[in-house]
Parts: sequence; C-alpha cells; structure tokens
Amino acid sequence: MLQRFRENKSWQGTFLALPTTIWLFVLLVIPLFLTLIISFGQRSPDGDVIFSFSLNNYTRLFGYSTDCPEGQASCFDPLYVNILWRSLTLAFNTTFIVILLAYPLAYFIARAAPKQRNMFLFMVLIPLWTNFVIRVYAWMMLLRKEGAINAVIGWVAHLLHIPFTPLEMLYTPSAVLVGMVYEFLPFMILPIYTSLEKIDNSLYEAAADLGANAVRTFLRVTLPLSMPGVVAGTILVFIPVMGTFIVSDILGGRQVILVGNLIQRQFLDARDPTFGSAASLILMVLTLIVTFFYTRKFGFGEEIVAA
Amino acid sequence: MASEFAVEMRDVVKRFITPEGNEIAAVDHVTMQIKNGEFFSMLGSSGCGKTTSLRMIAGFEWPSDGEVYIEGKPMGHTPPFQRKVNTVFQSYALFQHMTVFQNIAFGLEMEGVGQEDIKKRVGRALEMVQLTGMERRRPKQLSGGQQQRVAVARALVKTPEVLLLDEPLGALDLKLRKEMQLELKALQQQLGITFIYVTHDQEEALTMSDRIAVMSKGKVQQLATPVEIYERPVNKFVADFIGESNFLEGKVQSISGTEAKIFIPALNAEVAGMLMSNQIVNGEDVVVSIRPEKLRIVESTAQGEGIFDARVLNSVYIGSDTHVYLDCHGIKLKVMEQNRISRLDPSSFYARDQIINIYMMPENTLVLKKD
Repeated sequence: MLQRFRENKSWQGTFLALPTTIWLFVLLVIPLFLTLIISFGQRSPDGDVIFSFSLNNYTRLFGYSTDCPEGQASCFDPLYVNILWRSLTLAFNTTFIVILLAYPLAYFIARAAPKQRNMFLFMVLIPLWTNFVIRVYAWMMLLRKEGAINAVIGWVAHLLHIPFTPLEMLYTPSAVLVGMVYEFLPFMILPIYTSLEKIDNSLYEAAADLGANAVRTFLRVTLPLSMPGVVAGTILVFIPVMGTFIVSDILGGRQVILVGNLIQRQFLDARDPTFGSAASLILMVLTLIVTFFYTRKFGFGEEIVAA
Repeated sequence: MASEFAVEMRDVVKRFITPEGNEIAAVDHVTMQIKNGEFFSMLGSSGCGKTTSLRMIAGFEWPSDGEVYIEGKPMGHTPPFQRKVNTVFQSYALFQHMTVFQNIAFGLEMEGVGQEDIKKRVGRALEMVQLTGMERRRPKQLSGGQQQRVAVARALVKTPEVLLLDEPLGALDLKLRKEMQLELKALQQQLGITFIYVTHDQEEALTMSDRIAVMSKGKVQQLATPVEIYERPVNKFVADFIGESNFLEGKVQSISGTEAKIFIPALNAEVAGMLMSNQIVNGEDVVVSIRPEKLRIVESTAQGEGIFDARVLNSVYIGSDTHVYLDCHGIKLKVMEQNRISRLDPSSFYARDQIINIYMMPENTLVLKKD
C-alpha cells in the first residue's frame, strides 16, 4: 500500500492538495452556496430569512421599485445601479492611477544597483506593517478641515497674506480615490518590479544595437515583456478595490457609498441578509466578468505567483 | 570605403571601479587595427578584456581613454543605435515576446524600411542561416543552435560593415559548435564583411580567424595570423595559452642573427634555438619552448647537440596519437607521436621506465622572453 503510494505521483499530488481543498470547500464553496440560497429568500419583518425562490432582491438591485410616486405601481430607482457604477468606475480609476504611479517606480527599483534594490523594496513594504484601517485613519488626519494639509496651506497663505478658507477634502470621492491608490500601490509595484527585474540587460543592449533609441526600446521591448507584471498587479488591485468598504467608510463618509458599504449595511444596519447576499453575488459576478475579459486580452500574468 | 581599417582601437583604456572601491583597467592601452573583410578574433581567458573591448566597439561601453574608430571615424560617445556595427550576443538576447520573423525584422523596422522590403530581406536572412519556414516560431520553440542562427540573422539583416560576435557558440555542444564554426566562416567569406569574434576557445580562434589578438590582463599579448601565433609565439604566455608546450628555463650564451645558444642548467648543456623577440640580449634569463609534436624521439644510439636521454614515465595511446610523458634530468616533458602505421604489437610502444633519446631541433626550439 505504502509502496504503491510512493510510486503514484498523482496520488501524492492529491494528498498534498487535500488540506487546502477541504479548507476551501468548508469556508468558500459551502458559504457561497448558502449566500446564493439566501439571496433568493425574503426578509421577515423582524429581520430573519424566509427561504423562498424570489428574484425580488435582484430586481431591486437593478432599479425595480414599488415605492413610487402617486399613481404608479412600479418605477425605476437608480440608487443601487449608481452604487454599482460608482464602484466600478472607482476601481477602474484607482487601477489606472496605480499603474501610472507604480510603473516608473518599479522601473527605477529594477534598474538600481542590487544592494539598493532590496532597500527600496523594503521601503515599499514598510507601510504594510501598519494596520490597513490605521493607515486610512492617518489619511483622515491629513485630509480633514483641521488636518495637516489644510494647516500647511493655511500657514503658507498666512505668510503670504492671502486669505484662505480651509479646503473640504474629506468625505469626497477624491478622498476615497486617494486612499484607495495609497492602500493598493504596493500590490502593483511588486509584480511589475518582478517582471522588469527578470528582463536581461542584454535585451536592452540588443535593442539599442539594432537601432532602437530609448523610447522605442521601452515601447517595443520593455513594456511588452513587463505586461505580465502589469496584468498581475491589476488583478491584485482591481478585485479588492471593488469590494473594500473601509476606505470609503472612513474617507467617504455618507457621501461615497460603494457596493462594499452597501453589503456591510445590509448585514449590520438594515438587517436584510437576503438583499446583502444578492449584492455580494452581483459584485462577484461583475468582478469576474471584468477580470475574464481583461485576462482574455492580456493573459493571466504569471507574476501573480511571484508576487 | 573611408578607411583601410574597418575598426581601429587606438591606445584604448577602460577602467572600472570594483565593488571594493579599487580601480582596475579591464582594457589597458589596447591598440589594434582590424582590416576590412577580415575575420578577426580576440582570444583570451575570462577577464582578459576581450569582451570589454568588443563592447566598446559596439558602443555599450565608452573608453576611459583613447578612441575607437569605425570606418575611420572616431566614435566618441556615439550610442550603439547610431553605429554601423551589429552584435551577436553570447546569450543570443532574442526577444521572447516576438516570433522569429519579428525578431529579425526589428532592426529593419527601426531603420524605417518598408513592409514589403522587410519581408524580402528577412526571407533572405532566414535562407542564409537555413531557417526558412521557422518565421512564426517563438525563440523558446527553437533549439540552441537554431536560436543562435536567429541571432546571427537578426544582426546580418541590417547589412552591417562589421559584425561583432561575443562567444556566440559558447552555449552549444561540441559537435554543433564545430558545424557552426564552419558555417560562420563560410558566411563571412560569402558576405565579405568584417567579423570581430570574441572567444576563449583557442581551437575555435585558430580554425576560423584570419588574424588573432591574444589578450591577457587587459593587454594584447600578440596580434598575428593563426600560424604565426602557434609557430612564433612572442612570449611564454602565448606559447602556453595556445596549444601545449614544454618549457625549459635557461640563460642566453650567444646570439647570432635570429638564432641563439641557450644554456639549460637542468640538463647541464647548451641547446640551439630561434629567438622569438629581438629584445632578448646576451646573458638574459629566458624560457625555451618546444611543442610536444615537435619534440622527437630518436634512436637510443643517436648522439650530438640537442640530443638528451630521458626516462619514460607514462605512455598513453589515444588513437591518432600516442602521448609520451618523460623525465629528462628532472624536467617533465611531453612528446606527441602520430601513429602513422597501423599495428597492434605492444613492443613497438614505449614502456614505463624505458630510457630513450629525444632530439630538440633548433628550428623547433623557440627562445622566449621570460614574463
């Protein structure tokens, strides 16, 4: 028996994958299935789940409403569609800005001397040692009306004798964007760095040797060869940004409500797990669709493993 | 052509700072002139400055001192993409994200050559390296030898005046390397362009080159044809690095023209030899070099100048040759004898401890400066 096990590579593989498989089945597959069942249910007046098969939660998410002006039985309420749309555009914008910021930095680190490289990477990772929520609160300190940024501008304005009213920066969509970009920047820098660092110096030399200047070398050689890193980074940034609710909660207040906030409130405040479940699944489907089309176009980003 | 020389290095120095902070000259006052249409090799062990020299010609490095001329024009800080030379890299440096066609077309696209023209020229380049039909493959789908050919085609398609090759066959197995040596040589003769070839493999350099620069410690030790380098090495380093040699220490007794009498203390005798340098003077301590195949075993009754008795330490039959290791009055010598007659009789081979005579012919006895 033991002998046969030793010789059978596929059994060994199964054996090694077993703990994780059980873990994922119990904590991912089953809960997901429960979420699906609950999303078809109805909320009872005292906040329990009545199991049924109803699409009400989904139609409500996409704007079907019975709470209408006089004389209409049903109408379109854009509230939740707007939230979905806002989440989607914010995730796109965040990812885009993060790429623009991360790429040059990753390039700089990858081309630095090996000793300095490790130091720079270390510096990129330092913020991750502090709790996510605390870092977002730090931004609140910076952005609020009496915060550090307003204080500095006010001080300069005072020195220059310019009248200055503190800027309203906190609780705006821009504040949420800034927070998201800040939080997720390292997750883009690392995979791009990994793919850039793998490009052999002789490829740059070969491009130059064949007549390409710096710009054309970048566009024809560096960028295509580092695309796996960009793809991996995009997946690592886009997906969490779609679902995070802490950043928008703290920096967006009641002004910027994302899908994440919606789901959180359904479960905790509104006590409607059926609607929360439906929203969760829609978020998942939306994210999967975007990721699917994205990876179909650019590949899967082997760097996601290296990162 | 603007100049008789395709490439010229005049008193070129390249200094580097080591990680410890010391300054070293990787290339130390190198001057060489490489003629148009020549197959020129830079030969030396790693760290001798050959690759750095090549990289300065390509434009990847700039000299700390001195000047590199291409087609008679000083290059100064001209970047690689403005030089009329192309490089075949040791690692091939193929673009993995492009097909074979795209790799070869890359250089032409950078020049702004039209699509139709590119197709024709890439086709011809592929034909030249016998890779027609492989256009759509990716480099990873090719064997080492095929990748090597793509690298050559990618450089040659630009019709450079000079092709620089940095140990291009280093990664190939022996048989393939020999094939590619002949192919590259044939290609060079067919195209008539200048090849500058960097290698640490002396046999490769001897096989392919019109002229060889033997380099060591950043300096050119000797720049000559393969025959001259092998038969007339200028110093002990070259004689030792190229092929095998027996060395005997001695002192110059007398000089007449290019010949000299050398006293060998170990043999307590004089040998006659050829002076390899006109800087050798009377009374100087020198090294005498004799190639193993030029040292002759003669009849045990033979006597005269240049004939010495020796004891056989070992005799190794290797098919085409027999290598005989000798102890000649405390000096270890190696003799290579060709097995020109087919025979199985073991008595015709040399037995251990047998005493034999060897003959050092004056024309085979080279007198070298001690370095």
